[in-house]
Amino acid sequence: MCRIGAIKSKNKVHPSLALKLMRSQQEGHDDSGFAFIMQDMGGLFENYKDLPLLSMAATTEGTRITEDILQGLGFSRVMQWSPDINNKKNLKIEAMQNYIFEVVQYPRSYKHATKEEKEELLIDTALKIRTALEKTNSGYIYSFWPDTLTLKEIGSPKDIGTYFNLWEGNKDLVSSIITAQCRQNTNYDIVRYAAHPFFLEGYCGLVNGENTFYEKNKYYQMKLYKGYCGFESDSQCLLYTLHYIHKILKWPLQYFKHVITPLEYDEIIKRKDKDTLLRIKASLANLEINGPNTFLGVTPDKELICVCDSKKLRPVVIGKNDNMVIMTSEVIGINDVMPDRNISDDIYPSENELIIIKDDLSTQRWQQ
Amino acid sequence: MAAVKINELHKCDLPWIIEYDESKCIQCGKCTAACSFNAIKPAVVERKKSNSIFEKNKCEKVLIIKQNISLDNYCTGCGMCANVCPNDAIKAVRNKDDKYSVAYRAKKADSLKKGGRSNLNTEGRTLDKIKIGRISQMTDPSLDATRHTFEIKTPFGRVLSADKLNFEVKNGKVTPTATLPPNSWIYPVIFGDMSIGAVSWRMWEAMAIATAYLNEVMGIPIRMCTGEGGIPTSLLKSRYVKYMILQIASGHFGWNRIIEAMPDMTDDPAGILIKIGQGAKPGDGGLLMASKVARYVQEIRGVPKADLLSPPTHQGLYSIEESVQKMFLSMNAAFKFRVPVAIKVAASATSVSVYNNLLRDPYNIVGGFFLDGLAGGTGAAHEISLNHTGHPITSKLRDCYLAAVHQGRQGEIPLFAGGGLGQTGSFAADVFKLICLGANGVFCGRTILEIAGCIGNDIGKCNSCNTGKCPAGIATQDKCLVSRLDVDTVAQNLVNYILATDFELKKLMAPVGCSTLPIGRSDALITVDKHISNRLEIQYAC
Repeated sequence: MCRIGAIKSKNKVHPSLALKLMRSQQEGHDDSGFAFIMQDMGGLFENYKDLPLLSMAATTEGTRITEDILQGLGFSRVMQWSPDINNKKNLKIEAMQNYIFEVVQYPRSYKHATKEEKEELLIDTALKIRTALEKTNSGYIYSFWPDTLTLKEIGSPKDIGTYFNLWEGNKDLVSSIITAQCRQNTNYDIVRYAAHPFFLEGYCGLVNGENTFYEKNKYYQMKLYKGYCGFESDSQCLLYTLHYIHKILKWPLQYFKHVITPLEYDEIIKRKDKDTLLRIKASLANLEINGPNTFLGVTPDKELICVCDSKKLRPVVIGKNDNMVIMTSEVIGINDVMPDRNISDDIYPSENELIIIKDDLSTQRWQQ
Repeated sequence: MAAVKINELHKCDLPWIIEYDESKCIQCGKCTAACSFNAIKPAVVERKKSNSIFEKNKCEKVLIIKQNISLDNYCTGCGMCANVCPNDAIKAVRNKDDKYSVAYRAKKADSLKKGGRSNLNTEGRTLDKIKIGRISQMTDPSLDATRHTFEIKTPFGRVLSADKLNFEVKNGKVTPTATLPPNSWIYPVIFGDMSIGAVSWRMWEAMAIATAYLNEVMGIPIRMCTGEGGIPTSLLKSRYVKYMILQIASGHFGWNRIIEAMPDMTDDPAGILIKIGQGAKPGDGGLLMASKVARYVQEIRGVPKADLLSPPTHQGLYSIEESVQKMFLSMNAAFKFRVPVAIKVAASATSVSVYNNLLRDPYNIVGGFFLDGLAGGTGAAHEISLNHTGHPITSKLRDCYLAAVHQGRQGEIPLFAGGGLGQTGSFAADVFKLICLGANGVFCGRTILEIAGCIGNDIGKCNSCNTGKCPAGIATQDKCLVSRLDVDTVAQNLVNYILATDFELKKLMAPVGCSTLPIGRSDALITVDKHISNRLEIQYAC
């Protein structure tokens, strides 16, 4: 079973906090990897929030291929950051040759482009790079989006932290939102793309669970939108559904819950909004999930969300203080990094709940 | 020396031979009274009294039961004689050397008619070679069939993709802004579609009672399709009509009454099913022999007592576009677009083309695609059609589902599969596997009849639904024979069977970790047959 965590803080925090949050939950993972996504960046990236930030790992050839694509499309490099590598012996990590975190300027022709046009360019470029890297087996692109940094690696989370010098906090690599998981997806192949958190156009998602409607979800999503690709993990489907409901259909977040875990017919027909819910249940039946799942997500509005499967088969707890909210699989992780909070404020979401942590850290508990 | 009459019908030419034990017979006459086919009769024969060669011409006359040697009154193996015999003195035994089908054609210059089932099911069943092999264990826990809740319902009616729902977002809520195609949620098993005429009024009534009981008392929203033979006016005007799917086929039988009753109807029917084809005899229209056209059948259908042959196609429809525009629109309009209108076709190499056309129809008025496989039953058919035409259901259902997947339109026109389900006794397993392969639900006839007491099988036993002499009182309108069927018992057995099926479906959903129907979840299936694996795109296991 995976252990997952999401941190949202008023003050920008370092990924070391995510490592510490996940460390005590290590019995739930298998030492197979560590991955995190940072959104709403501070530190070195504070001044580049509107520009695309590329996160990838690649061989030298993959790096060259990527640079050629970016240059060819008219992107120009503005800033590059390299992690401070601690390459000491006997670390359990399958490191790539290069880790690239690069802020780029949009092509000149996009000077007056709309937000939508720019977003279209970014997803098209990311897919182009991904295809080129896959063809040559020369690397992985994790995110190419403003204000977002992603790192994923295979190995022991402790050693990955050591390798990238992530155990010691600093003010350069900080953000207000960090999502993390200390495990590769082990139901399928151990590949970097299969590691949570997943990212698409400002949406981030990670899951502790097993989506038994994976095939249904996948077959349907493959035709829905070009960005729905990969499917290395059944959990990616939940992120794509969040993206589809919220970004493409432009429905409020609570409908994400109605889609992935629709109410039973007998409950729906008692409600005032039955006409809507029955239509959703039929039209988006292929996006329903089944099996045990806890989903944590981040929206482009910098909101954290948490939903569980319809039978609440996987754990999750939300702890908070005045400056920070943490969602994670086991309370022991929150106890480690937020020991002084009022534990009576902890939330254990029910199977019908959607929890939204707004940008000001206020909590909305919405009952399906 | 006796003359050998080669060209005369002999007992050895018949499909079943009566074995009669004179020493056990008490001459009660029950067997001859019970035999609806007149295949046996009392006869007086001479017997030698003694084997002694010194007692010449010492014979006696004895009464025995004798088999009729006739192309019309022959034993179908139904077993009613053995059923009623108090002393086990008589039974029908299958004749492996039978030449009946040759003799019939040679003497009658006509095609042989049969009812019931195809009798050339020599291949193993595909569904029996598929297992549910993806069991939830450590990574995700199995559910508990007895403690967890499960929802066994499926949409019936046209489903629009989410982007075509025209929902308006207002005050944090989404609401429909346009009238959408009718859509309801039903149980994934439909009783269907056998007409009053094809089956006896008692059989039809038992199905209707079971349907109403399952809905109103057990909370199982099962639906029943009328078949092409109309529906009693009293039922049309009752609230129970909401559980009935009205069928219209090329003969339009019964629709005069339906149209006349419309102003007095208080509820809408559950749907309309336009029958284009039937799995047991694809390319052939409905057939009801005159012997079954009883007075009330004449009244409901508005026809004289004659062989009733529905044309093989709906007259005046030359293309699928026309079909959509004329037939579907008029059927939709009949109930003011409040009732799903579905189509039933025989599984065929062309099924995917039909399904694609309907999926792409811009009017979105086709609310269900019923696909009937060759193992389906029929009230009457030419044997040549029954045994030699048709397409197995499993691969064609899968083809249609995958064609929809290819276009990202799976689920938009719900798929219902039928034809030979429960053939080997595992109805719920067949339903579950077809659902995993892409069906929204199934429709069934054979299993219902077997629950009611049908004694036929797939290797030539009885299958005489066409004769009007059904010994079980199911497929006949003969008053004496129909009286053998107890309506309440049949209805009760049907209800019980569906309750058992409901639990068995849960017993299959639980281990694969599904609390709702796993429509299209073919990853739950495995097969030990490489060809089936390749054809259906499911995992091969060995």
